[in-house]
Amino acid sequence: MPLTAVAMSGGLDSSVAALLLERQGTPVVGLSMLLWDRSQQVRNGRCCGSLDLGDARRVAEQIGLPHYTLRMDGEFRRHVVDPFVDSYVDGRTPSPCISCNTEIKFEAFWERARRLGASRIATGHYARIRLSQDGRYELHTAADRSKDQSYFLFELNQEQLSRAVFPLGELTKPEVRELARDAGLAVAEKGESMEICFVDRGVQQFIESERPDLPQAPARVTSSDGEELGAAAPYYRYTVGQRRGLGVAAGRRLYVLDVQAERNRVVVGSRDELLAPGLIGRGLHWIAGAAAGAGVEVEVRIRSRHPGVAATVESTPGVDGGAGACRVDFSEPQAGVAPGQAAVFYRGTQVLGGCWIEQALS
Amino acid sequence: MPTPPVYLDHNATTPLDPRVGEGMAPWLGGRHGNPSSIHSFGRAARAAVELARAQVAELVGGQPPEVVFTASGTEANNAVLLSAFAGARSGGHLVISELEHPSIHAAADRLESLGVDVTRLCPAADGVVEVGSVAAALRPDTRLVCLMLANNELGTVQPVAEASAACRARGVPLLCDAVQAAGKLAIDAGALGADYLVVAAHKFNGPLGAAALWIREGAAFEPLILGGGQERRRRAGTENVAALVGFGACAALASEELDGRIERLSRLRAGLEAGLAGIRDARLHCASSLRLPHVTHVAFPGVIGEELVVRLDLAGFAVSTGAACASGVVEPSRTLLAMGVEAAEALASIRISLGTTTDEAEIRRFLPVLEREVEALRSCP
Repeated sequence: MPLTAVAMSGGLDSSVAALLLERQGTPVVGLSMLLWDRSQQVRNGRCCGSLDLGDARRVAEQIGLPHYTLRMDGEFRRHVVDPFVDSYVDGRTPSPCISCNTEIKFEAFWERARRLGASRIATGHYARIRLSQDGRYELHTAADRSKDQSYFLFELNQEQLSRAVFPLGELTKPEVRELARDAGLAVAEKGESMEICFVDRGVQQFIESERPDLPQAPARVTSSDGEELGAAAPYYRYTVGQRRGLGVAAGRRLYVLDVQAERNRVVVGSRDELLAPGLIGRGLHWIAGAAAGAGVEVEVRIRSRHPGVAATVESTPGVDGGAGACRVDFSEPQAGVAPGQAAVFYRGTQVLGGCWIEQALS
Repeated sequence: MPTPPVYLDHNATTPLDPRVGEGMAPWLGGRHGNPSSIHSFGRAARAAVELARAQVAELVGGQPPEVVFTASGTEANNAVLLSAFAGARSGGHLVISELEHPSIHAAADRLESLGVDVTRLCPAADGVVEVGSVAAALRPDTRLVCLMLANNELGTVQPVAEASAACRARGVPLLCDAVQAAGKLAIDAGALGADYLVVAAHKFNGPLGAAALWIREGAAFEPLILGGGQERRRRAGTENVAALVGFGACAALASEELDGRIERLSRLRAGLEAGLAGIRDARLHCASSLRLPHVTHVAFPGVIGEELVVRLDLAGFAVSTGAACASGVVEPSRTLLAMGVEAAEALASIRISLGTTTDEAEIRRFLPVLEREVEALRSCP
């Protein structure tokens, strides 16, 4: 019988995913990833996740699964943490959970699981996989739209989806918690995990601890017509669309319009100025094959909590020479198109694909 | 009904001998007493502890008053290293072998950070430390030499008697960690010439939580654990009576049955190693060295030992990559690297350690599964 490896973080969701798989009666092995060692030491029990890894171990024992911990902090730093820091240093707004899924959970972790004999990997993601009539794997939103995590999975390809299992896709969060309570799992009352698992004290401190040489001079904050509004925190403290904590006083609501790393300058303006009619993307990816035609009609989400807007996607090879270049035109202007975030394309519940935001159209 | 898993990791710990369990049972429920108490309860507990002390002394070829009970081999090793350098705030010289257990390496690292000079002797390619290298390392300010009796990963037996003779000629005391050797090799502390010797019950079918530090009569010792006057003021803390009773019992059984155990384990291992030779490119480590009779250390080039251990576990066989690693995170073995083994081969190794419960049928079942998993890993792109 094929062996399924379930990625166990020690949180509620992946614990219940493991529980449900085990109840199906197929062979299951629980694997936890040691991703981030906060102490920067190789010592046992000093990693950030040590408590959570302990929870994963305890849940696996409760369910009756063999459980092992895989050390993957090197891969995590290379594929997730360093690009995250680079992105802020470049004045962009990274989305590290997407790279973590694409590069770590569904790639590096899969490689390790496969070597241990697994032929499928399961996670606690809220998303669904369907096999279409023509034999392609489709990614769909979770039944519980409020918990849907399909945005973070848009880069998965056919091969990755073919061996992925999302046991929670049809469930709501309260149902998941109820299952954990019924089974008496030690993590049944655990809360949601942190926004970015490796950043504990705020992004600015994290960037500065990772890049102590970075100039910490306050950025020049100006309006879009060049008016100097004062000096506040360094530029990497700001993200496009940000409204709170700008550190400048003005008689009106201001939003970050642009972060210019090389000039240590942050441009702010009104909400109207934040609106963009579309975006230029790179790394265009279609999950179940490239959609035919010049302009593909989709609903696009330009950040994970964006409600979505109708748009047309057009592949634009040769515009900047980069592979996967594309242009997305919104049916109505959107606020907060942040370079570094992903634009993910939907049609109904199906995730068609997506791209990384390079810049907003003006 | 699935078949129960097969345990081939006796160097990590061993199953409790049922006869030992029987001896302990009254002290886990029914009888009780603090050995330091004056009354009848205390006297009975004291008698039980002193019987155990005599049994352990017999096992190591020492006198009962020379035996100090501790909670673990780690504690005993730590105590000797810290004691040897307790007098001075800084300075002095310590010699250890690279083969030593982490409880000695970590204590040496601590002493080094406090100003002690540490010399770490590499074993030769056969997994044995050369006596000449011990003698050559000695300095006028050397305060302690640590050389284990047999290595926990490879099973190689070290020339402790020769090394201690060289040390004694220079007036340097020697600590011999005999934790892995006890129950599988005859130990005579006097003949070994060590000044300190450590054994632990759980490595030879006794309970966890009981170990002994044998201190040669007259050798200097500053206690690590301070408190009451237990263990002749050398290790404070109320004695773990049940565990010590078990320790005494397993020591007595090991003394009595040692020859038969060695003969049996040697025969089982010969069968195992004959089978291993049939697996493509299997490389036995230190096979021609003098080894404990129950340990096999083998590399399968093209395989990651940690992954092989997991696959074997999923298939129902418990082996190890070497030293038990509490974190589940495996680095190339320090011991193998010190011997000059390439990191890739060190990572491709597993340790198979047999014990009193192992039988030929288990080894017959194990070999084809091992071969299957090795080849499966090798064919993973």
